[in-house]
Amino acid sequence: MLKYDLVVIGGGPAGMAAALRARECGVQKIIILERAATLGGILEQCIHTGFGLHYFGEELSGPEYAYRFIEELKKTDIEVKVDTMVTDILSDNVVVATNNTDGILQIQATAIILAMGCRERPRGALDMPGSRAAGVMTAGTAQKYVNIDGYMPGKKIVILGSGDIGLIMARRMTLEGAKVEMVCELMPYSGGLTRNIVQCLDDLGIPLKLSCTVVKTHGLERLEGVTIANVDEYRRPIPGTEQYVECDTLLLSVGLIPENELTRMAGIEIDPITNGAIVDEYRQTSRPGIFACGNVLQVHDLVDYVTQESQIAGEGAAKYILSKKEANNADNTIRVKAESGVRYVVPQNINRSTDKDVKIYFRVADVYKDTSVVVTCGDEVIYKRKKRKLAPGEMENVAIKLDDIAKLSGNELTVKLEV
Amino acid sequence: MIKEMVCVSCPIGCMLTVELNDQNEVLSVKGNTCKRGEQYAIDECTNPVRMLTSTVKVNGGKLPVVPVKTAKPIPKGKMFDCMQVINSTVVDAPVKMGDVLIQDICGTGIDIIATNEN
Repeated sequence: MLKYDLVVIGGGPAGMAAALRARECGVQKIIILERAATLGGILEQCIHTGFGLHYFGEELSGPEYAYRFIEELKKTDIEVKVDTMVTDILSDNVVVATNNTDGILQIQATAIILAMGCRERPRGALDMPGSRAAGVMTAGTAQKYVNIDGYMPGKKIVILGSGDIGLIMARRMTLEGAKVEMVCELMPYSGGLTRNIVQCLDDLGIPLKLSCTVVKTHGLERLEGVTIANVDEYRRPIPGTEQYVECDTLLLSVGLIPENELTRMAGIEIDPITNGAIVDEYRQTSRPGIFACGNVLQVHDLVDYVTQESQIAGEGAAKYILSKKEANNADNTIRVKAESGVRYVVPQNINRSTDKDVKIYFRVADVYKDTSVVVTCGDEVIYKRKKRKLAPGEMENVAIKLDDIAKLSGNELTVKLEV
Repeated sequence: MIKEMVCVSCPIGCMLTVELNDQNEVLSVKGNTCKRGEQYAIDECTNPVRMLTSTVKVNGGKLPVVPVKTAKPIPKGKMFDCMQVINSTVVDAPVKMGDVLIQDICGTGIDIIATNEN
């Protein structure tokens, strides 16, 4: 059996940043296992700019952002196996993987970092009536066709969902000569970044229809059109508001799902809201020595935050490997909870004896104006800050100071909104 | 003339109301809550620019296309003219990161550069 100090599953931005940071912290034998033919993950097809504003202080395209980490990796002796699929994680942190040259591999790891990313919610998850005509695909699939394969998948487009990938593809398809008829969004607000609404839709005169969804697809061999309808406050289509829109392609940008099959197989506890692992402040999961970071842990809006989170996981894995630190006992754990207006928090656990300030990341449930983000421990207010605007599409964070963590009176921190 | 727009300088997304005269000069900006908002409104009304990203066909590469971007933001009104030039360009592999694939596109003085290898 092969032996490595650290096995990183996934060679996208999360896996690369985690591996590099673990190396900087002194971990010797590291291998990255990547399912695709190249490193870089989804960034390779995200050719638009806007990546790296926080992390590098410049506006890079996706491939450029990935390239910087790929080049850094080349300078190290971190091993990389591409075209390699991890199929299982056994007890004692043995990773099972397979590829065309090695057959089936078993790798004994001291620590494992899960960095498998996320995938798009597909049509099958939408209960959308209609035949299985060609031309219905996720926005990311279309993005791969256009940006990697150089192939235009349609001419007349309707986009369902105003997530960022959908908005980016609205612009991309328009620039390539397609007519994007509209973007329909089920919710009364967009799930995408404001910058993308302005530069991808408003710039090109593409209408954004809020509280609107696709209720039927038409066409047998190829999509010929869709029926759209307005929805009420419970997101149910309102009878009488149906409207037929001719199109040959329907792009779906209706949410991302962390790709946690391996995590579940490994028996790791999953947060039902994030659909990612429950982790501590170093992103260690419920299984000692297994860490998670990036979109497999929680879906991010910005790759810059993926990089930062993955560096935390890389550091955590290094601490675990180098000190053989045992998992913390439950008495020492402070649980972080989301309440009133806050949908979820990451990390969900903080070790009282932690050695650093901890940033708690969260998303809100709705659009809020002039609201305070409050962190409490029992009756005690640990943190309070007023926010002009909070929206589900933008991930927020609060930093809790090391000193404050050490002197907490209870075992529970609550993050909530107060008007 | 009155123009309305959403400021994208930060995530707050203030609704800006811009008053322009017949020469398209900005008379006033309202709705912004910081200095950057005012500057954004003025830039958007007088000289709106955008980064343009696309792909260029590659002969003999690993993949059929290579991603590209304008080296600097170009005037917003020239995006479709630039797309025509980009779509009629074919380059030979190998392409390296940062290679200039099209010089001075559409008289903007701005180059189209590769944003990946192929």
